[in-house]
Amino acid sequence: MTEALSGEDVAKQIGERFPNAVTDFDETAVFIRGEDVLDVARFLKEAPGLEFDYLTSITAVDYSEHFEVVYHLTSIKNNHSIVLKVRCYDRDNPRLPSVVSLWQGADFQEREVYDLMGIAFDGHPNLKRIFLWHGFAGHPLRKDFQGNV
Amino acid sequence: MEIVERPYSSDELDAIEAAEIEALRKASREPYPDPIEWSEEDIERNVVISSVDHLIDWCRRFSVWPVNCGLACCAFEMIGLAASRFDISRFGMELFRASPRQADLLLVAGTLTWKMAPALKRIYDQMPEPKWVVAMGSCAISGGPFRDSYSVVNGVNLILPVDVYIPGCPPRPEALMHGLILLHQKISKETVLKKR
Repeated sequence: MTEALSGEDVAKQIGERFPNAVTDFDETAVFIRGEDVLDVARFLKEAPGLEFDYLTSITAVDYSEHFEVVYHLTSIKNNHSIVLKVRCYDRDNPRLPSVVSLWQGADFQEREVYDLMGIAFDGHPNLKRIFLWHGFAGHPLRKDFQGNV
Repeated sequence: MEIVERPYSSDELDAIEAAEIEALRKASREPYPDPIEWSEEDIERNVVISSVDHLIDWCRRFSVWPVNCGLACCAFEMIGLAASRFDISRFGMELFRASPRQADLLLVAGTLTWKMAPALKRIYDQMPEPKWVVAMGSCAISGGPFRDSYSVVNGVNLILPVDVYIPGCPPRPEALMHGLILLHQKISKETVLKKR
């Protein structure tokens, strides 16, 4: 069974390298600042002892006052996992750095988050809608989306 | 071998697809009326050709080839119907065609989304006459549990004229079989003289 690392331990390791990146942590997750996503992700992927070589999923949650993008990371090598969470407070133009350069699997999942939640990923090679069609009005998983039936 | 440059970029293809979907959405406000001329009994039937009708309808009725069109979970019931336990080859229908050009029946099994709608319409347009459409399951009938969704077509009859509706979520193969028997009855009342 894959061991879920404690958020506190991982937050401590990230904090030693990037003192300002971690904003919060709980039992299973580490909360980090949006602008540090790529650096922290690279650290988590490459640091000895962590080596999160597999991105299980990216998803996003709309809490009305902010968006939360959730990264589930797994290390196949060390058989452990962690959840990385990033909050975006800019509702009109939420942006995050893309992690496609680290994990190829992020490609379609970032497109999905962009399509349904409207969060743009800087540095994504092909950021466009994946489920809905080009020109669809709005992002339907946002809480303030009005159906256009 | 000479490499032919693609005529459209991927962005242009996206724009073309989107224009097609939007045009279909705009054109599909009202459902197609169900084709029910046959129910006006035999008034229009000519005595001279009635036996021809009988023969041709008999042939058509027992060789309805469905096109392979499973859109969602209803497809499993359709597959179950085709497999040995329920076995629609008893009705001469076991040939699920991969090509619409060889099929008579469009069995819409599952949820139709707007992104899929132009493709379904194209499949229907490619089928040769005479052709019939069965809407299987609540999604195909009315959008079902996804009726208020942003991406689901509220009933296949917005896109195509539907001959038989089979309710259920999903309908059991027995229900599907019942619907197909009703379709057979409908076919048996058609006349070759009248264009559908």
